[in-house]
Amino acid sequence: MAATDEREAAFYAIVDSDGRIEPRDDMPEAYRKTLIRQIAQHAHSEIIGMQPEGNWISRAPSLRRKAILLAKVQDEAGHGLYLYAAAETLGVSRDQLLELLHTKRQKYSSIFNYPTLTWADVGAIGWLVDGAAITNQVPLTRCSYGPYARAMVRICKEESFHQRQGFESLLTLTRGSAAQKAMAQDALDRWWYPSLAMFGPPDTGEQAAPGGHTEQSMRWGIKRFSNDELRQRFVDMTVPQSEVLGLTIPDPGLRWNEERGHYDFTAPDYDELFRVIKGDGPCNEQRLRHRVDAQNDGAWVREAAGAYAAKQQARRREAAA
Amino acid sequence: MRDRYALALGDDALVLAQRLGEWVARAPELEEDVALANIALDLLGQARTMLTYAGELEGTGRDEDALAYWRDDRDFRNALLVELPNGDFAVTMARQLVFAAYQYELYDRLRASTDDTLAAVAGKAVKEVHYHRDHATQWVLRLGDGTDESRRRMVAGLATVWPYAEELFDGDDVTAALSAEGVAVDPATLREPWTAYVEGVLAEAGLERPADAAPRRGGRRGLHTEHLGYLLAEMQHLHRSHPEATW
Repeated sequence: MAATDEREAAFYAIVDSDGRIEPRDDMPEAYRKTLIRQIAQHAHSEIIGMQPEGNWISRAPSLRRKAILLAKVQDEAGHGLYLYAAAETLGVSRDQLLELLHTKRQKYSSIFNYPTLTWADVGAIGWLVDGAAITNQVPLTRCSYGPYARAMVRICKEESFHQRQGFESLLTLTRGSAAQKAMAQDALDRWWYPSLAMFGPPDTGEQAAPGGHTEQSMRWGIKRFSNDELRQRFVDMTVPQSEVLGLTIPDPGLRWNEERGHYDFTAPDYDELFRVIKGDGPCNEQRLRHRVDAQNDGAWVREAAGAYAAKQQARRREAAA
Repeated sequence: MRDRYALALGDDALVLAQRLGEWVARAPELEEDVALANIALDLLGQARTMLTYAGELEGTGRDEDALAYWRDDRDFRNALLVELPNGDFAVTMARQLVFAAYQYELYDRLRASTDDTLAAVAGKAVKEVHYHRDHATQWVLRLGDGTDESRRRMVAGLATVWPYAEELFDGDDVTAALSAEGVAVDPATLREPWTAYVEGVLAEAGLERPADAAPRRGGRRGLHTEHLGYLLAEMQHLHRSHPEATW
């Protein structure tokens, strides 16, 4: 009993002094489980997130844009790899985590269940979705778990680059023909609220996140700001950018509040968010099906790689004997 | 004439990049999503440089996008091999091995071109292609010498692409004239080193060289398979819907 208390005290001493917990350090089991879930779902989001943008690689309207998009989707696969590696330091395997994704026992970001219907959606994803992701993730570069914090430093750098590219792509559209500008506005109309919903349920009220996840995560130094604080930060950052683009945010309630020093805005439809998270969004079935198909179709390739590696090892052993 | 040469090299890279891009988010492993996107990106880079150069040589003001998006399949000069559908992973890797081994020998020699631009492009591309060839080699070994199933598929994949290899070594009036000037590489000279490399990989994988079949050719003259029309319809659709737009 005393030993457990001592170990827990050592853990909190590190967390409270803004230090980093490393894979070999003692940590409460609930902390470990929460981190596995959060990092895995973050990794899954990178992997599923390749699909909506990947949808436009073959149709990108210039070779330059095609190259930018390919590089971006490649980065996302790389981010997934970093994050699975970070999760593996907590004692799970990538295969186990993918199995949890494929059997709907772990989730990925709600945003990727929306379809990319036009080219402008690719720019809107870069600007809004990556913008929201960065707002969420920059505080994680200081989170208490070292491997996760370090992965986020790398990922945030690349995400910021993608976000600027997305903005620039939309800017080109809004400076272009009437049809291009309309395409950009339509994309903003469809992606605005799903992007706001990325920050999760509100902090208070009937729809607040159940079970005090936020409070516990804050105590552990995993989360530093509440969902609503981050959502507000995102709105405050994004509104001036929409003005530069000359696009209208689809919220008649949006206005600067001098007293608060923030924009007031209409909250997203959280019922819709909950529906999408539960699996009933426009593309949930399609996204998961695609991922599971890729996994199943590739099984023989992975088996071959395993069999070949085993043969090679046996040959080396034989040669050495 | 140099523009036609650059165009053929650029079209090879462009069409294969388009095919490899189709794999993204459906590869057997995340590492392969990264690798295939990476190779596609290298090829797209080569295509952009070659098409831009072809446009400059032509002197009609066509840039890389005009050449990529506003030519029909009868004007594309890529070899038939690169437009073949991806099939399963073994077909894709067979196509990659055949093509990367060819491109490696080509760019290795093109570094000595008397055309400074072509020599410079080749100097950069040869490093990329060396990696592509290694990637394909490793997979042909793993699949050929992996499980019974992977071996069966690798044999089938090689048989699918093999008839399209010969076209890579075809010369025409363009390559004949330009290689006499030291600008281009005579493709026929690549057959021997290509054969030595590819047969070495097949031998190590315990695979037999596929039986010779009637070679398929025509791409360099704009006579393609039925696959290219669909590939271009998809690739060009958005660009052509907004003819005056910049992106």
